[in-house]
Amino acid sequence: MTINTLAKGGWHRDQMACFRKMEKVIVAMQDPDMGMKMRNQRLLITVIPHAMTGRDVINWLMQKYNMCEEEALHLGGMLVRYGYIYPLKEPRSLVLRADESPYRFQTPYFWTSTRWPATELDYAIYLAKKNIRKQGELMEYEKERYSVLHKRINHTWDFVVMQAREQLRASKQRRKADRIVLECQEQAYWLINRPPVSLTLSTFRIYFIAHFVCVCVCVCTFCLCLQIEFCRRALGRNRVKSSICLEGFVKYSEQYLSHDPIMQGCLPSNPWISDDTAHWTMNTEVVPIPSRLRVERWSFSFMELLNDAMGRREFMTYLEKEFSAENLCFWQACEDIRHGENSRIVEKVEEVYKNFLAPGAARWVNIDSKTMDKTLKGIQHPHRFVMDDAQMHIYFLMKKDSFPRYLKSDLYKNMLAKAIVPQEVKKSVFPFMRRQRHSSPSPAQAVAQASEEEGRA
Amino acid sequence: MRSPPIPEMATQEVQLSETLAHLKTESDTLKGKLEEERAKLHDVELHQVAEKVEGLGQFVMKTRRTLKGHGNKVLCMDWCKDKRRIVSSSQDGKVIVWDAFTTNKEHAVTMPCTWVMACAYAPSGCAVACGGLDNKCSVYPLSLDKNENLAAKKKSVAMHTNYLSACSFTNSDMQILTSSGDGTCALWDVESGQLLQSFHGHAADVLCLDLAPSETGNTFVSGGCDKKANVWDMRSGQCIQSFETHESDINNSSEADREVAIYSKESIIFGVSSVDFSLSGRLLFGGYNDYTINVWDVLKGTRVSILFGHENRVSTLRVSPDGTAFCTGSWDHTLRTWA
Repeated sequence: MTINTLAKGGWHRDQMACFRKMEKVIVAMQDPDMGMKMRNQRLLITVIPHAMTGRDVINWLMQKYNMCEEEALHLGGMLVRYGYIYPLKEPRSLVLRADESPYRFQTPYFWTSTRWPATELDYAIYLAKKNIRKQGELMEYEKERYSVLHKRINHTWDFVVMQAREQLRASKQRRKADRIVLECQEQAYWLINRPPVSLTLSTFRIYFIAHFVCVCVCVCTFCLCLQIEFCRRALGRNRVKSSICLEGFVKYSEQYLSHDPIMQGCLPSNPWISDDTAHWTMNTEVVPIPSRLRVERWSFSFMELLNDAMGRREFMTYLEKEFSAENLCFWQACEDIRHGENSRIVEKVEEVYKNFLAPGAARWVNIDSKTMDKTLKGIQHPHRFVMDDAQMHIYFLMKKDSFPRYLKSDLYKNMLAKAIVPQEVKKSVFPFMRRQRHSSPSPAQAVAQASEEEGRA
Repeated sequence: MRSPPIPEMATQEVQLSETLAHLKTESDTLKGKLEEERAKLHDVELHQVAEKVEGLGQFVMKTRRTLKGHGNKVLCMDWCKDKRRIVSSSQDGKVIVWDAFTTNKEHAVTMPCTWVMACAYAPSGCAVACGGLDNKCSVYPLSLDKNENLAAKKKSVAMHTNYLSACSFTNSDMQILTSSGDGTCALWDVESGQLLQSFHGHAADVLCLDLAPSETGNTFVSGGCDKKANVWDMRSGQCIQSFETHESDINNSSEADREVAIYSKESIIFGVSSVDFSLSGRLLFGGYNDYTINVWDVLKGTRVSILFGHENRVSTLRVSPDGTAFCTGSWDHTLRTWA
């Protein structure tokens, strides 16, 4: 379904956006007041006007964009790579050097974004010129392309040679400095924009567009109907003020700040930095004593508590004391239905009904009558989401009632008090003594072992 | 090309264009109303709310591990829940499972197609899913038997009519969410390969998706070449919300009714291919097409740090499940873990 929209010059719109940004930088660099200071550069014995050194470029970028040298080198390198600045010495090496190497701005005529994709004819003329001027000094790949082009556009070869001769004659009449500059510009342009070998896509495009227009009208009505439907639904939705939503986000990031290892580091140390896996060992799914941060996190939201296996276990213990453990069991069983295999849905729904919903069930859950009726009716034709309403009801019951009480309970408070706060272990004093990086058992292994044991039993 | 119109056809055409005009007016009126409603609630900007938040200091992050082994561009990667293993896929058709901590390769699968654009680790850690130009998403259970050929146990789960751009397991190993170049997303049952739900609404290729679990059921967001990011309800298949933004395609999505902030700098020229948030949501990491990674302060909107290291475009970036590090995959054939 990919519909390519090629902008002017055959470039994709995201490429054009990049070119425009680079051109903005280049224009700023050439600003008469705030731009770079140009001077004459010596290239062997010839003096080239309006040139600058690599060091100048980097200093200007560092100053204008307030960046470090590494980034300036990187950005400047991009400008050279895409042909906006070209080197005078070693023109084939499209690299920005942070020294006295001379560079020049490429004339806008040759900017990648303004040129139509370089045609074979232009390239043929360029190669012919080069061949005539410096007999036999074409590079390997240039020689190849020259012979390929010679075969392909043989019918216009006279024109190519004639054009090449004319252009060479005209350039001989220029001053040496100008000539060198123009040659450099042209060479830089062709280094970057060598035309690839490609089929003519124009014919395909015409057929596609014609067909597309015909289909368009029919699709239009359909699309508009969909849009209207969507707008109506969107208008009916509940909305929240920006301030509330954004403040919520700020609060969230502040709350989780100490849990963010990249922001605040982690104890005893970040395994990736220190090569010590203690942090992971202390925070595996089931540990004898959990860390303090982990236990604190259970209090952030009910979902956090339920998402942590240990948290869920602790909460279950608490509910058992309150004789309402069946709520959590029911919720877990519903989750299993929602995320489990398609083939086992029917049997799982049966189980849940038997254990939690049937009158006189062993672990009957307390749901309001309306939800109960709806669920029981749904069970006649069980599907993945049949328990959703009941599950939601029990979830919010636990969240509003049992969860806050759990956080205030002695069980939780003792857990928090017992919890470990690991000592920080700084990275080894001798940086070249790298610690042994131990491998860990693959999760796949644990499951394989478990199923082996099951098989044996 | 067209034959002269018959009188009946002429009236039909007139009717059709009248209906079109009528529908267009209705659509525009509703859109206008929607904009009004949204504007009423937009009472503050992010940077205003974030004024009282402390700024961030200097960040020092380095490459901690370099994973070499792919023979071509790395296109996608995903973390395992054990926080140290990853799966990565590349243009040469290889899918490799690494222990990124020791840099050991644990499993390797050769796909029958090149350009494996999507890969995902199952929540249990026992399987991986991948796909690309073969228009399918296949699940490979990870066997520890060195002699066993992983490809033998492969399970074809999803079938699209165009390339697979992204895939992700939902809360369990049993369901996979996929997005494709055919403009749709789909939810599949892994065991049977059955299509559980399909999501239509994008006008062009869908390039990425991300899950957003919530208390009231699951939603996910998808981004596509039509410059839209859509939020979907997984259960009903409906598009709940749509965001239109950006000058170019949306390559990555990770999760307000309107664009909250734009992160850009004059000196950043090239587009970003992949993004992810740090654990607290305070930092946003972006992998760019100019081989760098920019780290943004989400609340203040400033660029905190720029990281160099890759020698070609950064194609994929993900933060580890516990937030201790993030991993990037690049067209320079390597993956790097940063912390």
